[in-house]
Amino acid sequence: MHIVVCIKQVPDSAQIRVHPVTNTIMRQGVPSIINPYDLFALEEALRLRDKVGGQVTVLTMGPPMAEDSLRKALAYGADRAVLLTDRHFAGSDTLATTYALANAIKKVSETWRPPEIVFTGKQTIDGDTAQVGPGIAKRLNLNQLTYVSRIASFDRVAGGITVERRAEGGVQVLATRLPVLITMLEDSNEIRRGTMADALRAARAEVVKWSAQDADIPELALCGLRGSPTVVKKVFAPPARAEKAQQIPVTDRSWADMAADVMQAIFTRRPGIESDLLQRAEGY
Amino acid sequence: MSDTPTPPRAPGGRAAMKKELPEHLKAYRGVWVFIEYEHGHIHPVSLELLGEGRKLVDKLKVDLAGVLMGASQDDLLRAAAECFEFGADVVYLVVDPVLAHYRNEPFTKAMTDLVNIHKPEILLLGATTLGRDLAGSVATTLLTGLTADTTELAIDDERSLAATRPTFGGSLLCTIHTLNYRPQMATVRPRVMAMPARQPGRLGRLVEHPLHLVEDDIITKVLQFIPDRDSHKAQLAFADIVVAGGLGLKSMENFQLVKRLAEVLGGEYGGSRPLAQKGWITAERQIGQTGKTIRPKLYIAAGISGAIQHRVGVEGADLIVAINTDPNAPIFDFAHVGIVADAVELLPVLTEAFRQRLSLHYVSGNCVAS
Repeated sequence: MHIVVCIKQVPDSAQIRVHPVTNTIMRQGVPSIINPYDLFALEEALRLRDKVGGQVTVLTMGPPMAEDSLRKALAYGADRAVLLTDRHFAGSDTLATTYALANAIKKVSETWRPPEIVFTGKQTIDGDTAQVGPGIAKRLNLNQLTYVSRIASFDRVAGGITVERRAEGGVQVLATRLPVLITMLEDSNEIRRGTMADALRAARAEVVKWSAQDADIPELALCGLRGSPTVVKKVFAPPARAEKAQQIPVTDRSWADMAADVMQAIFTRRPGIESDLLQRAEGY
Repeated sequence: MSDTPTPPRAPGGRAAMKKELPEHLKAYRGVWVFIEYEHGHIHPVSLELLGEGRKLVDKLKVDLAGVLMGASQDDLLRAAAECFEFGADVVYLVVDPVLAHYRNEPFTKAMTDLVNIHKPEILLLGATTLGRDLAGSVATTLLTGLTADTTELAIDDERSLAATRPTFGGSLLCTIHTLNYRPQMATVRPRVMAMPARQPGRLGRLVEHPLHLVEDDIITKVLQFIPDRDSHKAQLAFADIVVAGGLGLKSMENFQLVKRLAEVLGGEYGGSRPLAQKGWITAERQIGQTGKTIRPKLYIAAGISGAIQHRVGVEGADLIVAINTDPNAPIFDFAHVGIVADAVELLPVLTEAFRQRLSLHYVSGNCVAS
């Protein structure tokens, strides 16, 4: 059994700040983390491996410093880590990203063995696109299972898998054949605390580093900025509303007065809200 | 969309590239909306997209089309009639037993076949679990650009789709173009665009297409669909009044103040992304770009700074009231009523004020009645 988990190192979005004057991102001091959604994918992979045996390979594409996230994944218990890093990948959109990752997974398959399952998180917290998983599935012709909340059954010998996936208004139970690509839904499990042995192993383990050439990427023109159909034309802060917010005065005033003002401002601006509320109150 | 956000660049490079299309791509004409039809009804986001698509075709001077797929001809014809009334000029219909329930494989094939035959310049899908599952596969099959979760769509002077979405974890907006590839694809989350007015009796043209697939060709099987029992999930997105809290509340206990005000107002409560990450609220109660998009009549934000990721989820509200201790919090840039105060202090007093106003009326109403 071989499972590949694709992860991404992202800036901790809770700590990103925008410069108030220049509207540029202040990246200094923002720590990098494993995309939180990917941890659900990693944990599910580790659980499956623990149950049926085999190996978990974590794969990421990113700058050299993304090695930190791979080591972290090893410390959680992954068996092997591969870092796809090359300046040719810089500026990749989702289509170019899936081209590089799909080819790297092919190389992983040749180097070790083909995976029965490729896992990803449902999306990243920086790009928020949810497109990379489906893109990899399509390129590698894997059966696609997105927003999976539970693996209901898994039969490696028969090559079958049944999952529950989040759908609009309910849960869809799907059965399909291996190999598959699964994007894991949040809260589907909880990442384990790695063992001390895993932590020690992670510190010493070798992270496999592949350039585009090492990974046998066939066409560099399909990678990075050049291989990306989409371009970012501008980045901007949204303009403030033309009409300034009505400010409720606060200086030297009691909380009750302020509350009364807020309520009055709501009812004056939207009389319909007051009548709706009063009607509802009368209904009781 | 660049999955790795690219920092703002000086004009030049690819962003300044001319968008003169190669000859074979100029044949792509028209705006399409994928109509999500499941369990006997059209997902509201598809109708919202028809409304948005209408604005794009008016600028482009082309037709607006809906793409409908399913197993029952009768049901789909009814749905097609609905699409016409919501603004579609054309509906492409694919009827096949294998399309009874959504599955990636047959839907991707049906959609890519249609695109390759009719060549639309723009293809829009709802950013639902279904739409996102389908969009990624279709874009990869067609090898074209796809912009996720857009909040604003426009046509520039060169007939190119300008798709705007939050970036950097929702701290800034970016406008994305698809150069030299067609169709230009984008997804839009439910409730981000307004529902267009229905025009009863409006008609359009129906184009049917066969799908050359048999059930044996399709590997994935739908075993079961278990409908959600928790109807609260839908209620937040459609509530008339929403009260939400952010990190400014400082503790999970203080978040109860938000719930209490929502209760008195007969509304729903929610929270910002950091609260969901801290586990103060469930993911279903998260409001913003990665959570629920709401369009209530009244939205009260308590202790929420108002990062773009939150802003795009609430901007459709009729009236936004913001309570925050920081006078420079971005939420005051788009709130209608603002108060620079500690929400932890103000919320209970405000709740009491509303309660008294409503119960006073209740008493006086009684007096009148007796």
